[in-house]
Amino acid sequence: MAVNAATLDPTVIDPAAVPAAATRHHLVFLRNTKAMTGLVLLAVFTVLAVIGSWISPYDPSALSAATMSPPSAQHWLGTTNLGQDILSQILVGTRGVMIVGLAAGIIATALAVIIGVTAGFIGGVGDELLSALSNIFLVIPALPLIIIIAGQLPSSGELTVAFVISITGWAWGSRILRAQTLSLRRRDFVEAARANGESLWRIVIFEILPNLTAIIASSFVGTVTFAILSEITLAFIGVTSISNWNWGTILFWAQSNQALARGAWWWFVPAGMCIALLGMALSLINFGIDEFVNPRLRNTGQNARTMRRRGIRARIGFTPVARSAQPADPAQPAGRGRKDEA
Amino acid sequence: MTATTTTPRSPGAPASPRPPVLEVRNLSVDYGYGEAPTHVLRNTSLTLHRGEVLGLAGESGCGKSTLAYAATRLLPPPGLITGGEVIFTDRFGTSVDLLRLDDAQLRASRWRDTAIVFQGAMNSLNPVFRIGRQLTDAIRAHRPDESRQTSAERAAETLEMVGIAADRLRSYPHQLSGGMRQRVMIAMALALEPQVLIMDEPTTALDVVMQRQIIEQISELRERLGFSVIFITHDVSLLIEIADRIAIMYAGEIVEDAPAEDVYRRPRHPYAHGLLRSFPPLHGPRRELGGIPGSPPDLLHLAPGCPFAPRCPHAFDLCRTDRPTLGPTAFAASEPSRLVACHLHAGGVVPRELTAGVPS
Amino acid sequence: MIFLARRIGFYLVTAWAAVTLNFFIPRMMPGNPVDALINRYQGQMSSDAIASLNVLFGMDDKTSTFQQYLHYWSLLFHGDLGLSFAFFPTPVAAIITQSLPWTIGLVGLSTVLSFIIGTLIGTAIGWRRGTWADSILPITTFFSAVPYFWLGLLAIMLFGVVWQVLPASGGYDGGLVPTFSGEFIGSVLQHGLLPAATIVISSVAGWILGMRNMMVTVSSEDYVTVAQAKGLSERRVMFGYAARNAILPQVSGFALSLGFIVSGTLVMEMVFSYPGVGYVLYQAVTAKDYPLMQGVFLIITLSVLVANMLADLIYALLDPRTRQEG
Repeated sequence: MAVNAATLDPTVIDPAAVPAAATRHHLVFLRNTKAMTGLVLLAVFTVLAVIGSWISPYDPSALSAATMSPPSAQHWLGTTNLGQDILSQILVGTRGVMIVGLAAGIIATALAVIIGVTAGFIGGVGDELLSALSNIFLVIPALPLIIIIAGQLPSSGELTVAFVISITGWAWGSRILRAQTLSLRRRDFVEAARANGESLWRIVIFEILPNLTAIIASSFVGTVTFAILSEITLAFIGVTSISNWNWGTILFWAQSNQALARGAWWWFVPAGMCIALLGMALSLINFGIDEFVNPRLRNTGQNARTMRRRGIRARIGFTPVARSAQPADPAQPAGRGRKDEA
Repeated sequence: MTATTTTPRSPGAPASPRPPVLEVRNLSVDYGYGEAPTHVLRNTSLTLHRGEVLGLAGESGCGKSTLAYAATRLLPPPGLITGGEVIFTDRFGTSVDLLRLDDAQLRASRWRDTAIVFQGAMNSLNPVFRIGRQLTDAIRAHRPDESRQTSAERAAETLEMVGIAADRLRSYPHQLSGGMRQRVMIAMALALEPQVLIMDEPTTALDVVMQRQIIEQISELRERLGFSVIFITHDVSLLIEIADRIAIMYAGEIVEDAPAEDVYRRPRHPYAHGLLRSFPPLHGPRRELGGIPGSPPDLLHLAPGCPFAPRCPHAFDLCRTDRPTLGPTAFAASEPSRLVACHLHAGGVVPRELTAGVPS
Repeated sequence: MIFLARRIGFYLVTAWAAVTLNFFIPRMMPGNPVDALINRYQGQMSSDAIASLNVLFGMDDKTSTFQQYLHYWSLLFHGDLGLSFAFFPTPVAAIITQSLPWTIGLVGLSTVLSFIIGTLIGTAIGWRRGTWADSILPITTFFSAVPYFWLGLLAIMLFGVVWQVLPASGGYDGGLVPTFSGEFIGSVLQHGLLPAATIVISSVAGWILGMRNMMVTVSSEDYVTVAQAKGLSERRVMFGYAARNAILPQVSGFALSLGFIVSGTLVMEMVFSYPGVGYVLYQAVTAKDYPLMQGVFLIITLSVLVANMLADLIYALLDPRTRQEG
């Protein structure tokens, strides 16, 4: 599109070039195969979360005569011991998973940003106290804490669960954000802003936060992963309401109805695969962010590919010697020069 | 050890009769393994003679450290040696190409033949091992038959040689000051009595007093042990004091190679001239300091021709199309030991400021 | 020593925070949880259980919250965690004492094993970049993305049900009496194999990735280049210089992520019906046995703190910079 417009009308070139340069960063991120795969997968699950209950072939709780049937044309992913359609349960359950993940991710990331950035920026005793607080929450095992809180709450709806998870899940992000803020605080542009007499909050919002975007994003994605795994585990143990469909609830019913002993693999494998796919999507996005932030990691991957092709092995302390460096001659295998000249 | 001491030379004396100990021939190095690597060194050649202190100078990023690391095959990824030879000749006249040794041979040669003192001693020592262990493991790797006792004595001896008490062998790196750590590195480098010592900005991170002490110590040890030195620095004034010969690098190429005194008093390359004018003179009348206008070229997008041409006040048409090679100066008859890579000397007209010391 | 003193101080504060959380959480819940519980059980609860609950939740209004708090501490120091009402009238402390050794054996051993295996593999992959070994990395992504318990379910399905090679539930053969006989120990090992292997497989990925990344970072440090320049053997440079330094953040990472790992492995006990505290927690959750839940939370937290302290001790032994000043 852009190429066509540019070649057809030369006057378009200049204005087109400017936004291209401005959005180059985003393009780099999107050109990353890992990030792209992750985003596509995530988008699929998001769409399922929205339309899941409309496209599901059956009511997930509806009983039927076909009990414990393996995958078939009527029931693509088989049925439970009560004849409920597992595909419908997964489709309908996607929404619960995504809502809790997203809500917990947002709350926990907000907490992490507030506490981490404040700690890193104010320094001194306040920093010590806030860091100690996040370390305490890091060290205390999260799941038992969530269990005793969620187990005693009178209601255990999705948002309540999300809230409880975020209370325990903010500490990791806060720790990373604090460290990054600490190093930003000493950078020249922040010092300059201070010397100019800009207000504390102006500096934080306009100088610090924009530079933390990638880390906040990665911490958000990490927290969403943590929240989803926690929520599913809670549902699987039966701490949270077992009447709300999500992938954990499916596993709960599978476990409590001896699906394993009866060999009903279709009851728990699809739900687990969905968790794995969603988790991998989130990890891939995070890898993408990491490589975007830290080019050294990115280069390693690309280097590895080109090197294998050229037969070079990069080693620490033994710089490779490739005498046929001219890549102009594709007919010759890489690394031939060594033999030629020997 | 054939302790050859420096003999005073008059400017423009014939080439040193001393045999070479380390010869870098047409070394080419790329950064990046992909389709469009940066050519950081292009056919660079350099010779270190036995018993000589060779200074390697240039702006940061000119490739002087790369040259040293590549010649020892210590260049970290994504460095790639794409051609050339590095010939090491031992005391008995046997030569080997370091780039063709296999891993075991190269390991055996390292530190025994060529030792290196790296830039920034802060990170050169393993923070979790005691100094003594780091000294002896180098000794024991090369002399496996030696007893632990002997290695430990040798370690203590070398440490005392650089003026550090032997009880410091029990210290961890973080317990030493910056200057002390650099001395430990020098002691470590000399522990196996190597024939070549490469020093990469060994004093840059230190204060001036410490810098001076270490430089004096190196000169003294060299007199005593007779090793050859490649001394890399961006500080040309420092080189003039300690080097016998100076090579000036620009954009991955050596542009001038001549006895130290000659480079200092009678530069032949416009870049060497500019570089020297940016340092205050050590002796003699004050003169106006001048920098070099412009900035070093981007090695990824190097234009054809002389890489210095865009900044050179004397550049003419040929400079923008043809790359000059290292060759004799326009006055080769009176100064055969000097080399310069400049079209002005190969058929051009040498401007006045580059003709100092030439009988007219 | 200042390092260790600071750490111990931190653990004391964390222990205090955990106890205090444990005390206040039931009191902060909206409504009267005891009434809610009694309603939920619809009169099936004994009056003793109700009395025990009232003490636990501070519903006897005669004393102030602060007095209750002090009382709670004094009970704790006497090892009194209240009475379980799923196993009424067994004290919570007794149930936990019985199950804790199983957890330490299974979770402790397999976590340490996983750390060691992962660190070794990560060392090798990080050192030899650009070889086939890099292809392990995507697999580790998969394992870090699925919940531990789901891998446990798969393992039970395959080894316990389909192939029937290993017992898939319990800590020992039900027909045996726990003694130090060879038969009993054999049975314990046999029952522990599958859960332990599953814990190792599901948690090893994180250690591999962490160590690999640290090796990559440390490999570009000057002292590694110096070690190569000295002509030391490959093994010596790799272990003595690179891995020896890369393991430091790995150990502190171990301390920090213990909470996460223990959480995951507790669920593994639930899946394998292994007689440890994780399974006790599961039973407590199923029976809405709050005193037991809270007791388990406290014990798990304290155990993790002890493990953390051990990790810090190891760190201090590994890094001379924490030991001496100057």
